[in-house]
Amino acid sequence: MQVIRTPKTYDVCIVGSGAGGGMAAKVLCEAGADVVMLEAGGMWDSAKDSKMSAWPYDSPRRGAATPTKPFGEFDGCIGGWDIEGEPYTQAAGSQFDWFRGRMLGGRTNHWGRISLRMGPDDFKRRSLDGIGDDWPITYDEIKPFYDKLDRLVGIFGSMEGIPNEPDGVFQPPPKPRCYELLIKQAADKLKITCIPNRLSILTQPLNGRPACHYCGQCGRGCATHANFSSPSVLLPPALATGKLKIITNAMAREVLTDESGLCTGVSYVNRADRRDYAVRARIVVLAASACETARLMLNSTSGRFPDGLANSSGVVGRYLTDSTGLGVGGHIPAMERGVPHNEDGTGGAHLYMPWWLDNKKLDFPRGYHIELGGGKHSAPGFGFMGGIQRFNGVGGYGKSLKDDYRRFYGATVNFAGRGEMIPNEHTYCEIDPSVVDSYGIPVLRFHAKFSEHEINQAKHMQETFREIIHEMGGTPLSPMPSREALYGLEPVGRIIHEVGTTRMGSDPHTSVLNANCQAHDVKNLFVADAGPFVSNAHKNCTWTILALAMRTSEFIAQQRNQGTL
Amino acid sequence: MKAISRRAALEMFVAAPAAAALVWTPAEARQAHEHAEAAKVAAPAAPFKPKFFTAHEYATVSVLVDLIIPKDERSGSATDAGVPAFMDFMMIDQPRRQVAMRGGLAMIDRLAIDRFGKRFVSGTDRERRSLLDEIAYTSNPDRGLSQAIAFFSSFRDLTASGFWSTKMGIADLQYQGNVFVSEWTGCPDAALKKLGVRYDV
Repeated sequence: MQVIRTPKTYDVCIVGSGAGGGMAAKVLCEAGADVVMLEAGGMWDSAKDSKMSAWPYDSPRRGAATPTKPFGEFDGCIGGWDIEGEPYTQAAGSQFDWFRGRMLGGRTNHWGRISLRMGPDDFKRRSLDGIGDDWPITYDEIKPFYDKLDRLVGIFGSMEGIPNEPDGVFQPPPKPRCYELLIKQAADKLKITCIPNRLSILTQPLNGRPACHYCGQCGRGCATHANFSSPSVLLPPALATGKLKIITNAMAREVLTDESGLCTGVSYVNRADRRDYAVRARIVVLAASACETARLMLNSTSGRFPDGLANSSGVVGRYLTDSTGLGVGGHIPAMERGVPHNEDGTGGAHLYMPWWLDNKKLDFPRGYHIELGGGKHSAPGFGFMGGIQRFNGVGGYGKSLKDDYRRFYGATVNFAGRGEMIPNEHTYCEIDPSVVDSYGIPVLRFHAKFSEHEINQAKHMQETFREIIHEMGGTPLSPMPSREALYGLEPVGRIIHEVGTTRMGSDPHTSVLNANCQAHDVKNLFVADAGPFVSNAHKNCTWTILALAMRTSEFIAQQRNQGTL
Repeated sequence: MKAISRRAALEMFVAAPAAAALVWTPAEARQAHEHAEAAKVAAPAAPFKPKFFTAHEYATVSVLVDLIIPKDERSGSATDAGVPAFMDFMMIDQPRRQVAMRGGLAMIDRLAIDRFGKRFVSGTDRERRSLLDEIAYTSNPDRGLSQAIAFFSSFRDLTASGFWSTKMGIADLQYQGNVFVSEWTGCPDAALKKLGVRYDV
């Protein structure tokens, strides 16, 4: 196949424009590097394209999901679980759900902005209890990058001094909503820690960005850039250097290498004309998302790298985990016919519950945190009060039904658990030997299985959420799922916190990258997404992706200055 | 809580350091424009002509939705809010719903003929209601109508989606959000008092 090559050799080629790619572009461009960025999707500008202020009735489908917007048509992320022409497959008996963004900024356009640091214990789990592995870096080594990140991006929160939930450089948190105070009352009685949330949404102006206007629609993409997304916060300063070239609709096919085993660039398919192109670069930074990066490395085979690029360990694609997740809703009679007022606030909850127990006294080794929801957040749209019979016990029709909708509107709370899954040998991705996507690129095949660790943790989540609902005088809206149903655990991948496929480590036989996220086998290849994670603390991976990408990129800049790269 | 005017909000957009340095190709600009256009609702000009429902089905749907959500002292009925047209759109937009909808409406006619010898729309108000009394309550004892009860539940859900998401429905529910707020002050005293909670001072 004829490949169209650009004459220019860039200093760095970054694959992906999300959290990791955006951070790498910012740090490296500001350090003087000429950078080319490949993005598989199209351009998107939240200032123009966001549906932030749309009313449900602005669209005939009233906000319902579409194939490319599974979280609703107004959502800020184009992509989804099933992308036309880009299949992935499941091994027999496995289910892994893979959400991919296809747009500038990727999934940072709609993520929950829950920006939790990992704590000191999260980096040394094996040392503490023999399960899982230690990271090759400590909290103290990454802390300065978390601090810089907080100052650069902006985050609200409160100083709490909880040992494994490190405080950051916080803006003031917004006051809780009424029902959140009611939840906190119940949590206090049950001795569950309930504190202000930690979201990368500005409550004060920062670095030229305005404070939040409290429309509650962060997930649609913020038209004023008051929350974090890569195109709102990281790409503008990178572009301002004049050193960043973004190529959109560029579906990476392969990382190119020379005889000496170094990267020389990346080949990609232009989705518009379906032809192959290649960009040359002295350094390659993969930030395509953990699984897409693993796929790209596994597909980059050559005489020197028969099992995929930088995969002499055979570890690429292994150690894949997602956060565990499940949710329980409750009907709270005390919230019926509440006093009408604006409950929107920021996107997401104003309070959350960090892990509050000691796993040594429990039958599962890792914790979870609880995310809250409920009330009258966001205008009634598609799916409004579905299953009214769960509230009034009968369903029905007519005037009394109409009044039931009014009575029960907003009288709901939701609890979602997000827990740590421990890597296991049954959960990984590999190249499917017989299936390609519409560009002819071999696709990933997933293997996924939870162990007793996660199943017991899920049971604890279910029991806790029901206990809080009962403490609030309410009734859970769904029955307790059975053990056979894994207590309602969402399939692996569903929480969209997939990490670990190119993990860091000090031993090249058991890890892909070193402590600087540099491939053991290929010194000018780096990974800047969630692939390098050694474990998946229940801390929602984005803040650590960003801090780690900043650290990796500063290392690259330093090595370039020293002439080592 | 102070709302910001739309003008001030727009000025904020301009002042914010948008990713303005991005260079858009004509194709990208066109794509963005199409996205924006697709979200706008075309103003209804000609009388509505269903794309999915037959004339008889559409008549049945129109009667059913108003039995579910009738006009009352606070707001209009489901047909006042355009629910049948919304349902027709959703059947085309989410084709996986089509078989259950078509079959469910056929089942209702079948039950109506069994009970009062006419299709549902041709029954009297009393006849129609007596049929709904059998299928609208999930708490009813099982008399071999489980499929009809399941259909009616999902039809009721779709009716609620279509009604409460309109301007009329949102106003009825007194939803107060989706506005620009310059300072978030939490919830008002009356709301705190009703819930029996307070902010710590």
